[in-house]
Amino acid sequence: MALNYDQAVAKYEPTLGLEVHVELNTHSKMFCSCSTEFGAEPNTQTCPVCLGLPGALPVVNGKAIESSILIGLALNCSIAPFSRFARKNYFYPDMPKNFQTSQYDEPICVNGYLDVEIETDEGAKQFRVEIERVHMEEDTGKSLHVGGATGRIHGADYSLLDYNRAGIPLVEIVTKIVGGTGKYAPQVARAYVTELRDILRSLQVSDVKMEQGSMRCDVNLSLAPIGSGALGTRSETKNVNSLRSVERAVVGEVVRQANRLETGERIVQETRHFLEESGQTRPGRSKEQAEDYRYFPEPDLVPVVPNSEWIEVLRATLPEKPSIRRKRLQDEWNVSDKEMASLVNAGLLNVVEATISLGADPARARSWWLGEISRLANEKEVDPISLISASQVAEVIQLIEAGELTDKLARQVVEGVIAGGGTPVQVIAQRGLKVVSDDSALMIAIEAAIAAQPDTADRVRGGNIPAAGALIGAVMKATGGQADAAKVRELLLKHLGKGE
Amino acid sequence: MTSIRSTASEMSAALAAGTITSVELTEAHFARIEDVDSDVHAFLYLDKAGALAQAAESDAKRSRGEAQSPLSGVPLALKDLLTQKGIPTTCGSKMLEGWRPPYDSTVVAKLKSAGVVILGKTNMDEFAMGSSTENSAYGPSHNPWDLTRIPGGSGGGSAAAIAAFEAPLAIGSDTGGSIRQPAAVTGTVGVKPTYGGVSRYGLIAFSSSLDQAGPCARTVLDAALLHEVIAGHDERDSTSINAPVPQVVKAAKKLDIKGMKIGVVKELQGDGFQAGVLERFHDGLDALVSAGAELVEVSCPTFDYALAAYYLIAPSECSSNLARFDSMRYGIRVGDDGVRGAEEIMNLTRHEGFGPEVKRRIILGTYALSSGYYDAYYGSAQKVRTLLMRDFNAAFAQADVLVSPTAPTTAFKIGAIEDPLAMYLNDIATIPVNMAGIGGMSLPCGLAPEDGLPVGFQIMAPAMRDDLMYQVGGALEATLLAKWGAPILDLAPVLAAK
Repeated sequence: MALNYDQAVAKYEPTLGLEVHVELNTHSKMFCSCSTEFGAEPNTQTCPVCLGLPGALPVVNGKAIESSILIGLALNCSIAPFSRFARKNYFYPDMPKNFQTSQYDEPICVNGYLDVEIETDEGAKQFRVEIERVHMEEDTGKSLHVGGATGRIHGADYSLLDYNRAGIPLVEIVTKIVGGTGKYAPQVARAYVTELRDILRSLQVSDVKMEQGSMRCDVNLSLAPIGSGALGTRSETKNVNSLRSVERAVVGEVVRQANRLETGERIVQETRHFLEESGQTRPGRSKEQAEDYRYFPEPDLVPVVPNSEWIEVLRATLPEKPSIRRKRLQDEWNVSDKEMASLVNAGLLNVVEATISLGADPARARSWWLGEISRLANEKEVDPISLISASQVAEVIQLIEAGELTDKLARQVVEGVIAGGGTPVQVIAQRGLKVVSDDSALMIAIEAAIAAQPDTADRVRGGNIPAAGALIGAVMKATGGQADAAKVRELLLKHLGKGE
Repeated sequence: MTSIRSTASEMSAALAAGTITSVELTEAHFARIEDVDSDVHAFLYLDKAGALAQAAESDAKRSRGEAQSPLSGVPLALKDLLTQKGIPTTCGSKMLEGWRPPYDSTVVAKLKSAGVVILGKTNMDEFAMGSSTENSAYGPSHNPWDLTRIPGGSGGGSAAAIAAFEAPLAIGSDTGGSIRQPAAVTGTVGVKPTYGGVSRYGLIAFSSSLDQAGPCARTVLDAALLHEVIAGHDERDSTSINAPVPQVVKAAKKLDIKGMKIGVVKELQGDGFQAGVLERFHDGLDALVSAGAELVEVSCPTFDYALAAYYLIAPSECSSNLARFDSMRYGIRVGDDGVRGAEEIMNLTRHEGFGPEVKRRIILGTYALSSGYYDAYYGSAQKVRTLLMRDFNAAFAQADVLVSPTAPTTAFKIGAIEDPLAMYLNDIATIPVNMAGIGGMSLPCGLAPEDGLPVGFQIMAPAMRDDLMYQVGGALEATLLAKWGAPILDLAPVLAAK
């Protein structure tokens, strides 16, 4: 009888370890001046350095050091006064030098923590995740294995290599062993990765898009019988590419490992690949025989020795912690946890805050960004914030509040701005989208509608107020939707002797 | 009258005076190469068209009256481990056969912008590993003093080209003595600048923390002129020193060493040094004293461990530096039959492409860096390095420069040394300089009485005080020249045209 999750955590204590790789959003690569722009033609963003040509030498990207220090500071780490790069030696075709320039025993940031909040049976509870290290390294190129069933190198007919990614700066953030979570291990893992993502986003050091690979998470997990105080053998689940998957991967591994232990099988120390469809993992490379990477200090680079004054300058620029900021904004805007979460998950918190700070009503700002603008962005498969600016949205909202635009007209204005028609005011002028508020113009249309539907007008005069809808509709149609419907209704009823 | 036997500074003066053009000078050198290089085999590649174009450009600039660097229009031979855009660069290895780099090394870029005419690429031990050029995949170079003997290594091609008057200047690289030992055994001058004094960008790495490019010439002043062209801070090399280049030309011209203290290293003489080498070394010391310098004996006890430590650090770094030669992106590819996988092709290519000495060092370095051995080997070797620096610092507290014979013997016969460990001993006196990152120079101090072959005199100076060794070297050269009455290369057999 297989154990389910609840049964598994009733018997076994999970221990977590999380390794998160983050692609920094520097304009140039870690050790050369090549562009890091995503999506270029293969092998067009390369040079002698990132291709590892004979004789070429690396030079550290100062911006990447700065970003790494900011990350360390935001994670309450100590910044090492002296850190070094090391070479991790192994052969693979997508690695131009056949060694990766990384940091090994002397990383730039050490010993930090991140407090996360999870919902437990006893309500919200804070949990401290300790950070072991934050270190810098370079990304490898990308292999595309063509032919063969698995898309892996074994069995492929041939492989294509793209070195545009080779040398993109990466930061790896490694937690210490995370124990004592009990059954909440999946929630703690997810809350940690979520909070980390929000911090990195607030620092503006990475795009942190898990689905695009600019943030990748490896979940290490082991089980030991509750109360044994022991540490079990761990598995390392690779490439868990969404927040939901982080939670599911932990659940999946707890169940898999518990069932192996139940049947007396041993846990193999190995990497495993997360399967998005089933939430389970399949075995990858065995780590039973540790690979020897023959690390040694990179002789082509000098040690990183950040000046302590510079570190303090950077510390002073740290933004408000995302968790604190979210609570503050939630209170200010008076929105529910759920609404707040949807803004955060959509990555719209900053732009909504900017829109509100420009004078827009919080409720309207939220609904425009999450509603119409997100819908248009989905259609175009782009990021909402790339379509229209906060100030343009604020302007539209203010025009609605001033009664100069109806919601329907405002949607046309927004569409016009997105289509490249200029500012909201220019779009309104070009398309003649102003609300028709001139009473005499409206009266002509109302009289025409009454003349066209005399029976309907009589029913309204006879007290059947809802029948006025047909007349109002005719007026709206005649004015091309530019009239304020409430105003039309008011004038029509008054004209038919039914006004208040 | 300017000839191929003139010094680079004489050629420079003749070019400035208009008594010869760079094109004429370049053609004269190609004619000489045509005559003797089938015997000497200093060159792996000649870029006649490129060199003549560079010479014509230098002449044109001169005729327009544009400002010229002192070495503009003067020919030079380039060791085949510096990249030159579009010109084959092999590092003396089969692995890079046919590879044409898409970029200029910083040294080459500086030579080009100074108007120096690059004649071609010179032979070397494969990936600069060796002391004789016998490890070149393209066959050894021959010593112009005796064609049956080695010209030293790894930069034997550069030294032989200068000694055979195929070029007045050359660029070498020195990881454990590859500029200085060839200079010693060919009767020429070779300088290993302070580590970080000359950019390594585009210098194909053997051992990153030890490699340093430097000048090869027939006189101390010529070496200084070339030194000033290639030295200086380079943003593309993180280990390059951001400080003004020492004024070596000025120092080489000083010819005054009165009151300077010369430290004679106790550990670099005696056992293992050929009697005639020590005899000429002492002639050199006498010359320094006659020029007004004061000798002091200094002791550097850690020097006894330098060779052993070097043969852990250099192979360790080389095992990683040479990993990139895997046939995936450039160089030769072996066994790609459409069926074999990438890993197998990498194996076959590295098996075919590397020679035995390179393989020996890759294996040694891989072992030294392996988990469980790292601390005992690489870690201990780095500690020795620190101790070597302390020895040097203590010695430099007593003396302005240190001196020793450059190499323990004169040039040996090609094929005479088969034991790799015996071969490594050639560098016993040059290696401490690389391990400490300081500067070293070799210049001729006479011919050994037992075999009539040139002996090299080594001068070592503190980091970024390269000027001191040029000052002492210039004065020593002048004193010896006055004694001999003619440059030492005049005593070398005349290589006849075939």
